[in-house]
Amino acid sequence: MFRIGYLARKVAVLAATLLGVATFNFALFRVLPGDPIRLMARAGNLTPEAIEKLRGVFGLDEPLPVQYLLYLKSIVTGDLGTSLTYRRPVIDIVAERMANTLILLVAATLVVVAIGIALGVAAAARRGSRRDTSTVITSLVFWSLPTFWTGLILVFIFGVWLAVLPVSGMTSPASRFASSGTDQLLDLATHLVLPTITLALVDIGQFILITRSALVDVLTEDYILTAKAKGLSRRAVVWRHGVRNALLPIVTATALYVSLIVGGAIQVETVFSWPGMGRLMYDAVLRRDYPILEATFLIFAVTVIVANLLSDLLYQVLDPRVREA
Amino acid sequence: MTAGVPASARPGSAAVRALWSDRIGRTGVLLLAFTALVAIFGPLLFPFDPGAVGASSADILAPPDAGHWLGTDELGRDVFRATVEGARISLLVGLTATAVSIVIGTLVGLAAGYRLGVVDAVLMRLTDFFLVLPTLPLTITLAAVVGQSLGVIILVIGLTSWPGTARIVRSQVLSLRERQFVLRVRALGATDRRIVGRHILPNVLPLIFANTVLVIAGSILAEATLAFLGLGDPTRVSWGTMLHFAFVAGATGRGAWWYILPPGIGIVVVVLGFALAGHTLDRILNPRLRSR
Repeated sequence: MFRIGYLARKVAVLAATLLGVATFNFALFRVLPGDPIRLMARAGNLTPEAIEKLRGVFGLDEPLPVQYLLYLKSIVTGDLGTSLTYRRPVIDIVAERMANTLILLVAATLVVVAIGIALGVAAAARRGSRRDTSTVITSLVFWSLPTFWTGLILVFIFGVWLAVLPVSGMTSPASRFASSGTDQLLDLATHLVLPTITLALVDIGQFILITRSALVDVLTEDYILTAKAKGLSRRAVVWRHGVRNALLPIVTATALYVSLIVGGAIQVETVFSWPGMGRLMYDAVLRRDYPILEATFLIFAVTVIVANLLSDLLYQVLDPRVREA
Repeated sequence: MTAGVPASARPGSAAVRALWSDRIGRTGVLLLAFTALVAIFGPLLFPFDPGAVGASSADILAPPDAGHWLGTDELGRDVFRATVEGARISLLVGLTATAVSIVIGTLVGLAAGYRLGVVDAVLMRLTDFFLVLPTLPLTITLAAVVGQSLGVIILVIGLTSWPGTARIVRSQVLSLRERQFVLRVRALGATDRRIVGRHILPNVLPLIFANTVLVIAGSILAEATLAFLGLGDPTRVSWGTMLHFAFVAGATGRGAWWYILPPGIGIVVVVLGFALAGHTLDRILNPRLRSR
């Protein structure tokens, strides 16, 4: 299905990018802020001997290139250091949080893709109409909303004012004693509603605009005219001949979307105390827990980079021209 | 200028005229004019004193009244005056960070598109690298490690938002460098510096202009987000820092809508203004979209 050369090149670029991120991380956290021991001790009253000993423990007495190689080795082996606030291995803390963020991202993405494509297609199909213009303006308004502020407003309306939905965390304390699994699932679902709506509301604007402009492009093609001339229904022309071909630029925009939604997740998790990677990163910033900060950045970056590669590969599958070329 | 150069003498003024004649564009311009007036004259009429804290607990998170039009914050200070003051910082950071971003993006795009070869390959790999890094985690990490001052925030936002501009400029330069008028001045013996400065850059400018307006919107959102997450300059009032302190003080749970709404509406008004204007400019100036 893929040409070997193409695949090899993609994997090489992926490897180089990951190495770049690791190097960037190393430079940022080991070289730039100065002595990590001083940071760890928070300028505490360590004796020079104690500092020297700690430097040995963390391998900081080695020359910089050796430290760099040790750092790469530790990442590859999953050793992300020890959290300064939790006093536990970072990898364990991160492992507990990743699934929670994934639940949120998947829920929001499903909403964004389903509603975004429907609205984008509806606007592009009747380009220049009143409905098209209002869709574009509404999308720009949603795009302009700061995610965290939208979350605060929804907390205020549904959590404080109407008091109908939970606004904090993933589960109610009581649900831990719930008898059935369905009750627990229902509890999780109600906690998921507001964070998902917040995330979807803000990121859907861009998605609608991308879908719309991709389809507008396609609908000017000659084969669309041919399809119309064949006497196909408007619906068949737009969906079977239009949307199918517009999928390509939409898939290309996936990378942008993943970066956007990861940023949104950090804000939403902060506002709703959602126990995921984003909230972890926010707490790490407040407490200056550098090992956690470093690990969350690394994982977010790797996620987006891998998502990019996957969207590239999906493009190959969808577009026979690129596959053959 | 040499005959046959299609760049209009003043791309800016033509774009502004086109912007004004479009309904969406005009709405954007009006929103921006309003924000600019508030930012310039507001603090003169309603100066904000960060030390003017409340005298008693009744002044803490107090609802709007005749003395405080938009109530008070968690220290008993006037929310209306803080919001007006915040317009300045938000615009200042948005505009300067964008300047940093546009200068880097334009230089990288010009160099890559004009030089081609190794320069292009290296610069584009670098651009792609920055393009795939998730922006918010990147800016959070940089700001947290490097420090919290207005200068750092401006640099962090500027240094992470240029790849889009670089790509747009490069693709435009790629098509321009093969055009008749460029080939002609090159045949006449013009230096590279002159070709790029006098003939290519002026033709790229309209596109950069539309892109700039959208980058400003993004920069203002980025500043607000970083400040909300506790990475703003603690000594300056911006809409983001206001919302940070409101969030930390539990203003939502205490029903203090007057503390949450004004800074957020400020952000939406100015970002929407730039988004509407940028979207319209893009439609007018982008050669790929113009025909539609």
